[in-house]
Amino acid sequence: MNKVRVLVGTRKGAFILTSDGARKRWKVSGPHFAGWEIYHMKGSPVNPDRIYASQTSAWFGQIIQRSDDGGKTWSTPGSSPEELQSSDGMPKGESNKFIYDTSAETGKPITTHQWYDGTQHPWEFKRVWHLEPSLHDPDHVYAGVEDAAIFESKDGGKSWQELAGLRGSDTGPKWQPGAGGMCLHTILLDPKDPQRIYIAISAAGAFRTEDGGKTWKPINRGLHSQYIPDPNAEVGHCVHRIAMHPSRPSTLFMQKHWDVMRSDDAGGSWNEVSGNLPSDFGFPIDVHAHEPETIYVVPIKSDSEHYPPSGRLRVYRSRTGGNDWEPLTKGLPQRNCYVNVLRDAMSVDSLEPCGIYFGTTGGQVYASVNAGDQWKPIVRDLPAVLSVEAQTLP
Amino acid sequence: MIRVILPPNLRTLAQVDGEVGLELKGTLTQRSLLDAVEAKYPMLRGTLRDHVTQIRRPMVRFFACGEDLSHEPPDVPLPDAIATGAEPFMIIGAIAGG
Repeated sequence: MNKVRVLVGTRKGAFILTSDGARKRWKVSGPHFAGWEIYHMKGSPVNPDRIYASQTSAWFGQIIQRSDDGGKTWSTPGSSPEELQSSDGMPKGESNKFIYDTSAETGKPITTHQWYDGTQHPWEFKRVWHLEPSLHDPDHVYAGVEDAAIFESKDGGKSWQELAGLRGSDTGPKWQPGAGGMCLHTILLDPKDPQRIYIAISAAGAFRTEDGGKTWKPINRGLHSQYIPDPNAEVGHCVHRIAMHPSRPSTLFMQKHWDVMRSDDAGGSWNEVSGNLPSDFGFPIDVHAHEPETIYVVPIKSDSEHYPPSGRLRVYRSRTGGNDWEPLTKGLPQRNCYVNVLRDAMSVDSLEPCGIYFGTTGGQVYASVNAGDQWKPIVRDLPAVLSVEAQTLP
Repeated sequence: MIRVILPPNLRTLAQVDGEVGLELKGTLTQRSLLDAVEAKYPMLRGTLRDHVTQIRRPMVRFFACGEDLSHEPPDVPLPDAIATGAEPFMIIGAIAGG
């Protein structure tokens, strides 16, 4: 019988929730890395027991953790005794070393971006927002970081190299931070074309590479953002999240700062599909595991009021790929609820029926084992939830 | 034996309990002490000082002998009481909410 493991990153540690395929009884393990912010954890599709975690702290900076036993034990990659010393006897410990590439050979040495006051500001590494393990190799993993850039590791997280063509693209100096920082928060790997990757940045927009990360182009045509001087600009859009069904990697769904959008040509153009949503502001968006036209969002009242409209926590589902939305409320609080659901805090399993999971800033993780029809908190009173990833295990 | 006290989060990361003991020869400075801490616990590299510039992270502080040594140049000799182990060198996470 299948099992499900849900990886929950919070403001004060990581939690791992496990259940059998019935998904009725959940075991909670944690806190792992107590006291640290865990922005994201994700397992390798090739080896689900290989899990990468982004552990970060305003005090002590970035740490990358890795587990090879499904989250029972963790270590910083490359920290075994034989790996600790380089050939000249110096300590290595480089799993948290994210250095922007400014070499002329691998990318243009872009060193500044737009700052809040309109001046140019140097790129400064702050943290890893999102880890995306390769679909083919458990030692290969991508990291989306703040200030926005994409890095990759091909040695299981021991060392990291920037894919500098993204930051070195012509638009780099026009990127600017949103209120949450200038973060690269979404990385989507095309299962049909290993050379194609989509990423999204707040507040720059979405980008695509067709050559494995060497060169990138902005894919923001059709986005309309009133909060930037040119609402139809090539870059500057605050994209909150992009989702894709693996069977249709050229169809993308986007939750923008405002507006829910859809593209059917790999981001070449976007159309708004907000339809009858009570608010088209929100953070996460996800796709049903077995129905490529069934998508989920969590409407939030506004960009200044980060809580659900009318104090009612409702997931909205569209079975038509957008425009027609239905509220899903059974089991969710329908009064006095003022939590937020952050962009990386929703995930689906691949069981039948499809399971949907999301975490709130109030510390609840809700699950639906019937594609959203009914919900139940599988854990509550955790620290504020930053990220949720579901793994379907054999 | 030079005694170093790490903040709780870094004790967890380095998998140590209590104080860290170091044996060092030559003049003891902030730089040589931190180099020795990182050599013994490489997972702490980047958590106290920037990987490249080696500048102290802004919310990390160094206290010893009742003094804040955070702003001392890294190559200035540390007090004898630290070198002899009479007093510990304390690495502190700055006080903040959250």
